[in-house]
Amino acid sequence: MGRVEIRSVSKKFGETRAVDHVDLATNEGEFLVLLGPSGCGKTTLLRMIAGIEIPTEGEFVIDGRVVTDLPPRMRNIAMVFQSYALYPHMTVYRNIAFPLAARGVEKGEVHKKVEWAAGMFKIGKLLDRKPRELSGGERQRVALARAMVRDPSVFLLDEPLSNLDALLRTSAREELRQFQRRVGVTTIYVTHDQVEAMGLGDRIVVMSQGKIRQVGTPMEIYQHPADTFVATFVGSPPMNLLEQGDTLLGFRPETFFPADAVEGSEGAVTYPFEVTYLEYLGAERLVYGNVGEKSHGRHVVSRLPGSLTIPLEAGKTYPFAVARRDLRRFDRKSGLAVKGESA
Amino acid sequence: MTSPVPPADTGGGRGGIFDRRETLAKLLIAPAVLYIVAMIGAPFVLAILYSMSNATTGDPSLHLVGLRNFAAALDDPVFRIALRNTVVFTLLSQSIVIVLSRVLANALMKPFRGKGIVRFLVMLPWTAPISLGTIGWLWMYDSIFSPIDWVMRYLGALGTATGILGPQTNLYWLGVPGLAMASVILVNVWRILPLATVIQLGGLSSIPKDLIEAAEVDGASPWRRTLMITIPLTLPIVSIAFLFGIVFTFTDLVVVYVLTRGGPVHATQVLSSWTFFKGIEAGDLAQGAAISLFMFPVLAMAAVFILRLARRTEVV
Repeated sequence: MGRVEIRSVSKKFGETRAVDHVDLATNEGEFLVLLGPSGCGKTTLLRMIAGIEIPTEGEFVIDGRVVTDLPPRMRNIAMVFQSYALYPHMTVYRNIAFPLAARGVEKGEVHKKVEWAAGMFKIGKLLDRKPRELSGGERQRVALARAMVRDPSVFLLDEPLSNLDALLRTSAREELRQFQRRVGVTTIYVTHDQVEAMGLGDRIVVMSQGKIRQVGTPMEIYQHPADTFVATFVGSPPMNLLEQGDTLLGFRPETFFPADAVEGSEGAVTYPFEVTYLEYLGAERLVYGNVGEKSHGRHVVSRLPGSLTIPLEAGKTYPFAVARRDLRRFDRKSGLAVKGESA
Repeated sequence: MTSPVPPADTGGGRGGIFDRRETLAKLLIAPAVLYIVAMIGAPFVLAILYSMSNATTGDPSLHLVGLRNFAAALDDPVFRIALRNTVVFTLLSQSIVIVLSRVLANALMKPFRGKGIVRFLVMLPWTAPISLGTIGWLWMYDSIFSPIDWVMRYLGALGTATGILGPQTNLYWLGVPGLAMASVILVNVWRILPLATVIQLGGLSSIPKDLIEAAEVDGASPWRRTLMITIPLTLPIVSIAFLFGIVFTFTDLVVVYVLTRGGPVHATQVLSSWTFFKGIEAGDLAQGAAISLFMFPVLAMAAVFILRLARRTEVV
């Protein structure tokens, strides 16, 4: 139960292609994150899986059944909207009961299930309230409860944490992950926040301009980005890219260290690093500067752990090194990753 | 040595009239107060006084005679017909208006070719002067030259032995009691519909799209979405449209006056037309005032509900 296949799906709005020939399949019970900047087509793709938006081309298959032409209510999916879309005139109880009532579930059964869902999200005390009397976090829980109460085969989430404040977001993220593990329902989660994507996803799908740029585990996405878009979109600060002839040399800021701190410098490449600006962030230090000859692609960032207390000053040049195994190469024209990682 | 701080520029003096909040507030609210007192308060008081007097258009001096005029109105069989007709006329036309305006509003929510023109045409009856529009309808309903009858005759529904509307050549829209009432209701629907449609459109477009989509995903059929989401969420604003329509219809004189003058034999007589005939045309100001005051409780109730609902729509 809970396998979604997306077969060569496109969606055009007028002349613009919001989603461009996307092929994708989920594994059963996995937590799949669609990650990309706003306007990359991730929400449109999610809405097409839900059936709210009709694809221009292509097919959707859920659990072996082609659902492309089926209305949302016949797809057995649940969706949480960014705005939560709680029914403002109904109490929390009736909000959660709504999907069950729509399926003609018998009253006693409805009551049992609502109690179960409310217990799971710890909102048992709020059942008699109206949505406008709830805080942001409470609304989010009600939206999740309403989505889960019907045992969907797929669970779709459209940026459900973006309306919460930063502190609440972290705890809600953790709860969401634990909850998904417990119920084991295939989940497709849309976000533009790469931290959320890294923390939540079994696999991440990075999208840009309607196309899939890479599909992989958080580690694959971070360690071996498929192209320069993924390399610079995931990670903060993004991967450094140095121009070197026809190729771009990429390395993560946290792999770029003062040369003496790199163990066994025979496996490392050393650069003279001209420091221009320093940021002390407590747990870490960000060192901005330039490497090599004067050209565009020579601006790099180094991210040093707070425990590394080597004194550095802006305006001076230091030998910095990056281990060869941490170097990635990209084709300068296409931006695609090049196999073979020695510099 | 520090340089002295220059005194703040106060613009000189203690400010003009626009700087004195108290005076300015009174000045700005004065036209509204004046309007309400002169155009609503005074006539209302006058109506109450007249209704308890024996004033006529020939002798409008006030001699109070108590509640005699109200008793006389209640005793008059035409008054009772007018009261019943007013209720039937108002409720029937408003029920039709609410249903039709919802249908129109739903259609106008969807994008389609020529939507601008349709929207314009829907609004047109509202922009035409009531009397002009109604005179147009007078011709449509003409006993001999009615275009509706032409069409019916052309279709064979009228004027032939087998016609479903009968063998006679004309329907006499305004000459047959039931048909006359239906004709008057139709014109009133035509007139109120644009405003009701615009209000309903406002209500429908205020529902976030997310809610409807969420209900779709939650498994609700189109019927259930309408009954459980759209109607409850638009109920306050639809009620306002309904009450506005009631007020307009209840007090309307023009449609009945132009089309039927209350006839045939009082079959379309309503309170406002009866007030006019009794009080102005027949000259019995006191009776006219008493009849018109029977409308007051209904209108006052409608006003209270409108104000309440208006507040409720603000909260949601």
